[in-house]
Amino acid sequence: MNERKKLLEVKDLQTTFFTDSGEIPAVDHVDFYVREGEVLGIVGESGCGKSVTSLSIMQLVPSPPGKITGGEILFEGQDLLKKTEKEMREIRGNDVAMIFQEPMTSLNPLFTIGNQMSEAISLHQKKWSKKQIKERATEMLKLVGLPRSEEIMKEYPHQLSGGMRQRVMIAMALVCDPKVLIADEPTTALDVTIQAQILKLMRELNERMNTAILLITHDLGVVAETCERVVVMYSGQVIEEAPTKVIFENPCHPYTRGLIQSVPDMRNKKDRLYSIPGNVPKPGSIEQGCRFAARCESAFSRCRVETPELYRNSENHQTRCFLYDEQQGVTSANEQTTTRS
Amino acid sequence: MNKPLLEVEGLKKYFPIRKGLIGKTVGHIKAIDDITFHVNEGETLGIVGESGCGKSTTGRTIMQLLEPTEGVVEFQGKDLTKLSATEIRSVRRDIQMVFQDPYASLNPRHTIGKILEEPLIVHGGGSAKDRRKKVVEFLKIVGLSEYHAKRYPHQFSGGQRQRIGIARALMTNPKLIIADEPVSALDVSIQAQVLNLMQDLQKEFHLTYIFIAHDLGVVRHISDRVAVMYLGKIVEITESEELYANPLHPYTQALLSAVPVPDPNYKKEQIIIEGDMPSPANPPSGCAFHTRCPFKMDVCTKITPVLAEEKTGHSVACHLYTVEGNDDIERKKQLEGSV
Repeated sequence: MNERKKLLEVKDLQTTFFTDSGEIPAVDHVDFYVREGEVLGIVGESGCGKSVTSLSIMQLVPSPPGKITGGEILFEGQDLLKKTEKEMREIRGNDVAMIFQEPMTSLNPLFTIGNQMSEAISLHQKKWSKKQIKERATEMLKLVGLPRSEEIMKEYPHQLSGGMRQRVMIAMALVCDPKVLIADEPTTALDVTIQAQILKLMRELNERMNTAILLITHDLGVVAETCERVVVMYSGQVIEEAPTKVIFENPCHPYTRGLIQSVPDMRNKKDRLYSIPGNVPKPGSIEQGCRFAARCESAFSRCRVETPELYRNSENHQTRCFLYDEQQGVTSANEQTTTRS
Repeated sequence: MNKPLLEVEGLKKYFPIRKGLIGKTVGHIKAIDDITFHVNEGETLGIVGESGCGKSTTGRTIMQLLEPTEGVVEFQGKDLTKLSATEIRSVRRDIQMVFQDPYASLNPRHTIGKILEEPLIVHGGGSAKDRRKKVVEFLKIVGLSEYHAKRYPHQFSGGQRQRIGIARALMTNPKLIIADEPVSALDVSIQAQVLNLMQDLQKEFHLTYIFIAHDLGVVRHISDRVAVMYLGKIVEITESEELYANPLHPYTQALLSAVPVPDPNYKKEQIIIEGDMPSPANPPSGCAFHTRCPFKMDVCTKITPVLAEEKTGHSVACHLYTVEGNDDIERKKQLEGSV
């Protein structure tokens, strides 16, 4: 068993959006943790709450309409939700940094790369001289594998390609040696060959600088290649959590199983893809029972009435499904359904 | 084998780069640069490549939505590039397109019924009653219900909208459907539904597909043959099984190895190619891939390799397989031997 300390711990987090059409619980009692130097993946389809979870950690949820309505976010034992905005600003960048999906929109088009890098450094290292700052910025650009970093310091974002912009974003996020890097779909907007470059870079940084990474993605391939542990989210809840190997070898939740099977495999051709029937429900639209019940092949009567909890099926594997509820789930499941695999 | 349904020969599409007050043309973006391929009846040809490689332009140029700069697009024996606007319109009944963005390609002010009826009105599809009957029929074929005809696009999810886009393409009983990234905006579970639907429809209506996508897994799943494009050129084209088992072009090899496989136990040799795709406004001399190629030779910077058949049904444009390239390899070996 891994003895590394839990660095970031999200406990019972709830983030709700208050809109004209009612309250939408985008993140609904979510628990997970990131250990020191670990790469944790959060996977899920659009609308499952994975991005809102990451924004909640940074407290960047647009408010109004969004609001963190409950729970704790512990970073090195301290609750980030109890910090003032000023204290939070110190933590963002210094301890926890974030990179976003769109490297085009996260950089200011009116300032040079050097300008923006220096700003990020000077905000956190107030005593550094200009020369020191510039040196550090150039060094970071080199670290993320950008050629001719001196020149790039003087260039504007539009002069760089998508992959280079994402490298600049990573460099900027890492200037203050954060302990956790939150990467929200960092390669989704990039081509596969560029994606491979960026993923390799992130793996190297994780190994070399021991930065813990929280990687948010919808791509199971990216997860399999980069993450040690995976949290699967569906409709605002964590539905399964296990080490990457376990998730792919022995997926327990019917949704996880369906998701893995519906990815077309490049290595061997199937005649027909498995597909999960129906659509992802809108957050908050299901009030009773398991959120996946309507699309689930193994659903039985209990699933439509009661809400399942996360059940532990082995030491490091949890599943939110009654099939794994040892007290009564299995017996009732055997009575009610024959489709269990 | 039958005559191909569609034959594309020497197709080029250059976009002018204009500068200054009078808009003088100072150069060209060679979006597609001399591509040749054919599509047989009833098959699916996949076109893969990264952004900016010209795959979408290829689809649009075949459809004559963009006027080709040069080349021949022969569909059922007719050269589409030589037809007048009215003649093209009647051909479009047989060639339909499905677009990537199901949010942007449906008119938000029209009901689904109207959207689906429109192709029938344009192409003269019988009385109002017949048309309505056909709308309902096709809604059911793509897995929607009759009452959906009265709704507006915003009331549907992404996957449902893509089903509507497919239904619209089917309304005129086309022979060829050009699908431009039809599933890339969809979630994995929905993507699988749409891919299965497209396969079912192909069997039912004997459709031929040109399937344009950047996702190599999806392309492998649906295609019989695959063309790989890089910077406006086809660099490799062959049967899909052959391409994935035995890629010849270094770019194809790198592309395949770069795709993350959803299996943590699968260890593969990853070829990570450096750098970015060069700008199509100013492509490198010789082979366009030489700036990133791990097997670059002297000849690659000078002579542009031509797409040539290396094995039966497997064509590749690379100097590793040409006479000039082999000369280069020989010379290198001799040099190394003499040292």
